[in-house]
Amino acid sequence: MPSLRRAKPAAAQSTDAGPDTPPLLTPAELAAQRRKRRTGTLIATPGALYLLIFFVVPLGLITVYSFATRTSTGRTSLSGWNLNSYERIADDVILGIIARSAWLAFLTTVLCLVVAYPFAYYLATRPPRLRARLLVLVMIPFWTNGLVRIFAIRFLLGSNGPASALSEAMGFGTFRILFTPTAVVLGMVYGFLTFMVLPLYVALERMDWRLVEAARDLYASGAKAFWRVTVPLTRSGIVAGCVLVFVPSFGSYVVPEILGGAKTLLIGSYVARQFQAARNWPLGAALSVLVIVAMLVAVAINQRNSANAERTQGVTR
Amino acid sequence: MPSEPRASRDEKSQAVSTLGTAGTKRSARHLLKANAWFVFAFLYVPIVVLVVFSFNDSERVNVWQGLSARWYGEALGNTQVISALRVSLIVAISSTIVSTVLGTAVALALDRYRFKGRRALDGTVYLPIVIPDITMAVMLLVFFAEVFKLIDTIGPRFTLGVTTIALSHIAFNISFVAVVVRARLDQFDRTLEEAARDLYATPWRTFRRVTLPLIAPGIAAGALLALTLSLDDVVISAFTAGPGATTLPVYVFSSIRQGVTPELNAISTLMLTASITLVVASLALQRPRSTTP
Repeated sequence: MPSLRRAKPAAAQSTDAGPDTPPLLTPAELAAQRRKRRTGTLIATPGALYLLIFFVVPLGLITVYSFATRTSTGRTSLSGWNLNSYERIADDVILGIIARSAWLAFLTTVLCLVVAYPFAYYLATRPPRLRARLLVLVMIPFWTNGLVRIFAIRFLLGSNGPASALSEAMGFGTFRILFTPTAVVLGMVYGFLTFMVLPLYVALERMDWRLVEAARDLYASGAKAFWRVTVPLTRSGIVAGCVLVFVPSFGSYVVPEILGGAKTLLIGSYVARQFQAARNWPLGAALSVLVIVAMLVAVAINQRNSANAERTQGVTR
Repeated sequence: MPSEPRASRDEKSQAVSTLGTAGTKRSARHLLKANAWFVFAFLYVPIVVLVVFSFNDSERVNVWQGLSARWYGEALGNTQVISALRVSLIVAISSTIVSTVLGTAVALALDRYRFKGRRALDGTVYLPIVIPDITMAVMLLVFFAEVFKLIDTIGPRFTLGVTTIALSHIAFNISFVAVVVRARLDQFDRTLEEAARDLYATPWRTFRRVTLPLIAPGIAAGALLALTLSLDDVVISAFTAGPGATTLPVYVFSSIRQGVTPELNAISTLMLTASITLVVASLALQRPRSTTP
């Protein structure tokens, strides 16, 4: 949720002033400031320490592992640092897996955008009370157990599951899409659609519709007003939604494991394998580092985008 | 959006009502509506089908043989399911309690105070949310492997199990709680705290009597999110679980790979019911109160 990451309110910045504020503080004020600083440290420490031990250290460890050597028995030898694992990423097989993951994630993102934009538009243009109710209906699947939802798709699409039975009864014959890339994309769209709907909805709901009205008054056609006014004004929502769908799709593990087959090995499953049967921890670590870097880039794009949006929104208001 | 002036908001909504309905073409409106129905159907039909078929009496998942709760009985009689459920509940409850306390403290510190390392913490706290599950899972696996190696040299032998799953869940839940509570702190009316201080309340008393009650819904929503996420998690649990202890989602995940059974339908429906109950509870908590100015 990119909106949560917004800059802090101005009030916070003015109340706790740092040492760079003008001098002329009385000793009492200085003491109070120091006390406040100490309280802050005290409150933050337990959580920060926990994150340091159970997140930052593991992050560092996996980076270290990516430069380690795999011994012939499948153990990891933490000596003789090298770039072998990174060099192996250039291998055709692995590049193919990365390309496939990116391609399926891209398809998922496009499909989500195409379906979610008109949907969010519809939601945002309902009267407030209906809107609130429809939003609850959107939120329920969003918070519902993701594994169970993917399992539902698996069950529905199964070779002799309800969908197949229905199509047979209607005379279309059996259909087999389970264990194909189509099923994986379908499952990812199903799993991540709400990540697209919510930022688009927020952007459309916040939009100043009077600008669209103005465009119409100036004889812009409905389509022109949409493409030249509505879409640019909701750009931040579009970018945020695309990032929020692309990132988990790219690193997805559960969906391809349940709905995919041999031809849909994606990077998430490939990383998992290196830590399971294949026992090549350094390679798995190197791929994880790659995924993390890619994800950080995507998030950075989103950050810049939402910062820009805030500035433009300040103007339109 | 409480900061928005009332008048402008009404004007905007009015523009919505004229453009959203009369302004768009009739065919476009029908298309929008059809698309909305399609999306809702897409979101709900698979779930409903699953629930309906969980009451199917047949051994074979695809043949309808009549209504029965037979598979619920089998699922609840399965000792593996029950022990996995026990692990899930222990992990979910313990990780929720710890992460709610730590996450709320982090949110408060980031929102109110300047201290050394504040920016570093501010940047780090979001990472567990955006990082893909699988990378977080392998990071923690490597971490625990190294820690166990260290401990082994001292003496006692440790293995992966309930404790490691819970420790991992706390690691990602702290971030989620911190983000939710901080969102609540963002819309906080600071003058109320100033008023309490002006009336000679001590900082602690101000916190207990003013701050805490005001952010309580945010904390509760954060705790419910943590509980939901912990009960939902598959990937991180799968990598930090040992041979002796798996969670219910991990059990379901590994069973699905061996094929769909009616018993899995029943377990899934039970999990679905639990998570929908939690969602509804948290939506009720997050609903903005009309009393806030």
